[in-house]
Amino acid sequence: MTVVLGRTRGERGDSVEITVTVNGSTYTRDVEPRRLLVHFIREDLGLTGTNIGCDTSSCGACTVLMNGESVKSCTMLAVQADGEELTTIEGLAPGPDELHPMQQAFQEQHGLQCGYCTPGMVMASVSLLAENPEPTEAEVREGLEGNLCRCTGYHNIVKSVLAASGQNVES
Amino acid sequence: MIPVAFDYQRAGSVDEALSLLAEHGDEAKLMAGGHSLLPMMKLRLAVPGVIVDVGRLGDLSYIRESDGHVAIGALTTHRQLETSEVLRAQCPVMADVAHVVGDPQVRHRGTLGGSLAHSDPASDLPAAVLALGGTLVARGPNGTREIPATDFFTGYFESALAPDEMLTEIRVPKTPGAGYNYQKFNRRAQDWAIVGAIAVVGDGVTGVSLVNMGSTPVRATAVEEALASGAGAADAAAVAAEGTDAPADLNASPAYREHLARVLTRRALEAAGVS
Repeated sequence: MTVVLGRTRGERGDSVEITVTVNGSTYTRDVEPRRLLVHFIREDLGLTGTNIGCDTSSCGACTVLMNGESVKSCTMLAVQADGEELTTIEGLAPGPDELHPMQQAFQEQHGLQCGYCTPGMVMASVSLLAENPEPTEAEVREGLEGNLCRCTGYHNIVKSVLAASGQNVES
Repeated sequence: MIPVAFDYQRAGSVDEALSLLAEHGDEAKLMAGGHSLLPMMKLRLAVPGVIVDVGRLGDLSYIRESDGHVAIGALTTHRQLETSEVLRAQCPVMADVAHVVGDPQVRHRGTLGGSLAHSDPASDLPAAVLALGGTLVARGPNGTREIPATDFFTGYFESALAPDEMLTEIRVPKTPGAGYNYQKFNRRAQDWAIVGAIAVVGDGVTGVSLVNMGSTPVRATAVEEALASGAGAADAAAVAAEGTDAPADLNASPAYREHLARVLTRRALEAAGVS
């Protein structure tokens, strides 16, 4: 395999116009084809709640919802989201003074420590419950395998998701 | 990490994808879900000049029963495979193996056709299609051809697909009564298998294949022959490493991988009902 560091904009990569609905607002922008979705969200739209962690589709910090399903936005091109509906952590709460039930559960169950993985954890958890509304503890652990918490605060994250699904958790 | 600049073309049909491939030749690369290709582009291990996006060809996303086999469109996602009632009833090993690919986010985007065309010897689904003796359907400028899975994987990240062809359908035999199991050994959640062993036994099929035991997914023919001549699980699994060429990396030496192949094959055979 050859490593090529050369080719730049101008030789290739004419911009493409895309229209994406993010958190209910529709945006039309010109993007380079190589623009990653996470950079489009953070830099072009200024929605910096979505974090970049590993940038290699391992850690899940960049998880957003596309048409309701969790995706890793560092491993998608912005052009692949053209015409689609995205939800980021900023779009989850129903209003400025309210939290989404998943956010509420993370707060009440202490589902975060440093908070860096939290936006991705919350989005992955919302997708998990959409597919499996009342998961077992094992299903929550397996369902969040695409998200890493380097504080290793997994127990309370799992509790948060179980609580958000309406199940009793030991306090 | 940002890929090298490339031109972007979105195909609205298989015909359009094929004509874009013909137009751009070696510079062009098909992208479906992009979950194998895009990471390689970000590392600049892959530097296609033109990306032909086939990810929106919704008519290639299906799982349907046909005569003796289940036909799966190349754009079917891993999530669709793992939740498919047709596969659960007719070829459950495909659903089981799809369930352990990557993580939920990856399974929402990754496609069966993309995984096969990528031909990573450490991937799960190529080995499943190989164990089942599946058939791959490719379209090119001269029409459609069928490629047996046993002929499809030709080398490290290389397949029998020609540069101007596109994988459109994967056919796996109906095996509702077969025993089956996938043993995937890894150190961390979401990792590739250090070694994996897939067994499908019964319903006219005796298929055993290995993940990450060579430059391609490997059919464990020595194990299959031992089973055919009446060997039990332990004796058949003892020859699992024969004919393999296990890689060395930071996870495992070839000798350790050979040990894993024998142990995992025995477990897979026993779980598939071979005593």
